[in-house]
Amino acid sequence: MIRFEGVTKKYGDGSGGESIAVNDLSLEAPTGRITVLVGPSGCGKTTTLRMVNRMIDPSSGVISIDGNDTAELPLAELRRGIGYVIQHAGLFPHRTVLDNVTTVPRLLGTDKKTARRRAMELIERVGLDPDLAKRYPAQLSGGQQQRVGVARALAADPPVMLMDEPFSAVDPVVREQLQNEFLRLQSELGKTILFVTHDIDEAVKLGDQVAVLRVGGTLAQLATPAQLLADPVDDFVAGFVGRDRGYRSLQFAEAPELELTNEPTVTIGTTASSVRAIGEPWVLCVGDDGEPMGWVRAAAVTSAVARDLLQRGGTVASTQGSLRELLDAALSSPSGRGVVADADGRFVGTIRASEVVPVIEARQQSVAAREDAAAAALHGEAAPA
Amino acid sequence: MITFATVWAWFTDPANWQGSDGVPTRTLQHLEYTFITLALALAVAVPVGAWVGHSGRMRWLVTGANAARAIPTLGLLFAVSMLVSPLFTSGLAFTVPSIAVLVLLAIPPLLSGTYAGIESVDPAARDAARGMGMSGWEVLTGVELPCAMPLFLSGLRSATLQVIATATIAASISLGGLGRYLIDGLASQDYVQMVAGSILVALLALVADLVLALLERFAVSPGISGRGQSVSRRRRLRLRRGRARDTAASVKNSTDAPLSADPA
Amino acid sequence: MTWALDHLDEIFSLAGQHAWLAGLPLLIGLVISIPLGWLATRKASLRTGLLTVTGLLYTIPSLALFILLPPLLGTKVLDPVNVIIAMSIYTIALLTRTVADGLAAVDTSTRQAAVAMGYSTFGRFRAVDLPLAIPVVAAGLRVAAVSNVSIVSVASLIGISQLGYFLTDGYARSFPTEVWVGIIACLLLALVFDLVIQLLARVLTPWTRVTA
Repeated sequence: MIRFEGVTKKYGDGSGGESIAVNDLSLEAPTGRITVLVGPSGCGKTTTLRMVNRMIDPSSGVISIDGNDTAELPLAELRRGIGYVIQHAGLFPHRTVLDNVTTVPRLLGTDKKTARRRAMELIERVGLDPDLAKRYPAQLSGGQQQRVGVARALAADPPVMLMDEPFSAVDPVVREQLQNEFLRLQSELGKTILFVTHDIDEAVKLGDQVAVLRVGGTLAQLATPAQLLADPVDDFVAGFVGRDRGYRSLQFAEAPELELTNEPTVTIGTTASSVRAIGEPWVLCVGDDGEPMGWVRAAAVTSAVARDLLQRGGTVASTQGSLRELLDAALSSPSGRGVVADADGRFVGTIRASEVVPVIEARQQSVAAREDAAAAALHGEAAPA
Repeated sequence: MITFATVWAWFTDPANWQGSDGVPTRTLQHLEYTFITLALALAVAVPVGAWVGHSGRMRWLVTGANAARAIPTLGLLFAVSMLVSPLFTSGLAFTVPSIAVLVLLAIPPLLSGTYAGIESVDPAARDAARGMGMSGWEVLTGVELPCAMPLFLSGLRSATLQVIATATIAASISLGGLGRYLIDGLASQDYVQMVAGSILVALLALVADLVLALLERFAVSPGISGRGQSVSRRRRLRLRRGRARDTAASVKNSTDAPLSADPA
Repeated sequence: MTWALDHLDEIFSLAGQHAWLAGLPLLIGLVISIPLGWLATRKASLRTGLLTVTGLLYTIPSLALFILLPPLLGTKVLDPVNVIIAMSIYTIALLTRTVADGLAAVDTSTRQAAVAMGYSTFGRFRAVDLPLAIPVVAAGLRVAAVSNVSIVSVASLIGISQLGYFLTDGYARSFPTEVWVGIIACLLLALVFDLVIQLLARVLTPWTRVTA
């Protein structure tokens, strides 16, 4: 657990005055969880992160890791025990990928052979081709460099990781890949992670808890992503969390067992007459393993269903998916019927937006009722008997 | 009359290859001055340049050294010689002032090469190194100096050329070496000897530059020099790293820290 | 001090000679290295070839070059044209790389916008690339100017008159004052060159002085 107690960082502005980067911050980043620090530029999130491994020393307050005051640990020992990943990876250009990854173990005195063997494992673990180990950073793409940066930070198996906007310098597609793999990796490794980002979507996606900081370095709200979207504490947080948050919060609402509609399906090669026999303007085409392939407009089929007639626009929701997935599947489907597939990707049925919305409303009422009950219970306790 | 034949005759005359003013002796002398000078200048410039680059303090040292390059080398040579020579008796009276000036001239390119090299290290790499728990010394030797190699070596090449060229001129204040053929030839109106000496000096400079270019191949990590990578790959890389920064750096380097030395 | 005042006429006439020997090659060098630098940006192989050749020329020590040029060109040893040519060679050696770097540093999106607007290759070079490369080229020119002023003084060893005369003459007569006058005059001349180039670059690039 990383614990901040009344941590403040002030900078002199050179003329006797001072500016406050982080102001009286108290916060706990629980063991084995991802805590995301998010906020606009100038909110002190990076300063906060860098105070943990004392790249910056706090002006006052205590930062402890598992109960040990960081200020009292020898600097090198502290830093070697913390994985550190930064925005541009910061790989050493003169060392190969393999030698980059072995840096900290070598500093800690691990012999070369052991360090290299472990580095190779990590390189594969972060999703890199082992052939890349002999390359130099300049020969890698941005996404690959970032993976090496993560592998390097993990090399000495530190319990704590600090990550400063590690995915913000790569393009959105690669970023999403990296995020997903990062979550997979974390589910295997269970590190205590402090993660800085300016991107609220990334914060909500990755964080077990999210700390929103405001300019001037004060903590505006510390909450789980779902709470943050559902109940921003003030206008600043609401504004920062942004538009669509009602819709986005649905991603944290697991869908209950819903009645799905059975859907007659066709396959590639189904004749025009069989398609028309179904009597629907849109019919769903599935593949050999029952996986949804796309919608076909019945009127467009002249002889038989062909690949180039498929409309692939719709998203597919999973039976274990969130309400957001279900609603999105329904809204993005040309037929208005959202496609739902099981864990193996096989089509199981469809659902309409009009069927999802009552579920959402019912959920809101139950949340409100729970809160009322909680408030009533609180009053009941407080009131004299 | 200077013709190819007269110069060829000079080079093939065995008399010119023997004794205290033969080509081998003069060449060795020239090399000796160059090595002594570079060793002394490196001993001063590398620690200072590394410290300024690493700490970011006292940058005026580099700026000052570069500004001092505007002093005409010939003037510096004569002035220092007139000041220092009376302090020494014997042969040292000729060598010491010359070497002193050569060292002074070699320092600025080495200093700004080392400094600019360390300055140019990717701040993210430096930050990561510190964050992983490297000490200042480990960051310097493990990351900054290896990354500074290309600019340091280009400073070394400039300094070497500068020293070879100025050692030639220093023959006019009685230093030995290949410059003697030029200065003595001038005094005795032996133009063939001057041309032959000039060819030897030019060859020495070329060979020295080639040797240093080869050294660069061994001393610079392929990860930095980009050798062994396809050109297109390097291009893309340069694009990705952002042209704006490259431009700013090149303007800055050529304004504040010209790495090229005068051929004196 | 009195010596300098007594010899003001001589100082100015030699300074004029010095400025001519160092300055004319800057113009010649600039005129030649702009097309060379442009060629170097056109193709990687051309760049390597051009920069290698100019780099090798740059390694030739000045005194050696002053002596080697007459037999190669058929000029007299005392002819100042040798110095002009030698200095032009050094200027080209320095500036070709600078021009190439300056042109390569022009923002890619700016260049592509110019292409998209229908500039011809030459038109774009003249109207967009070259003006934007001025700051880098000017920086290279300043280095070349300072270097030229210093090197020209070496030519006094082979008897070509300019400010370097004070250096050789003062040394020969064991008269330090004259040597110092020569050094200071050279420094002042280098400073004048530097200021003139900076001023020209400023006038030619008004956009670099705008603050947002």
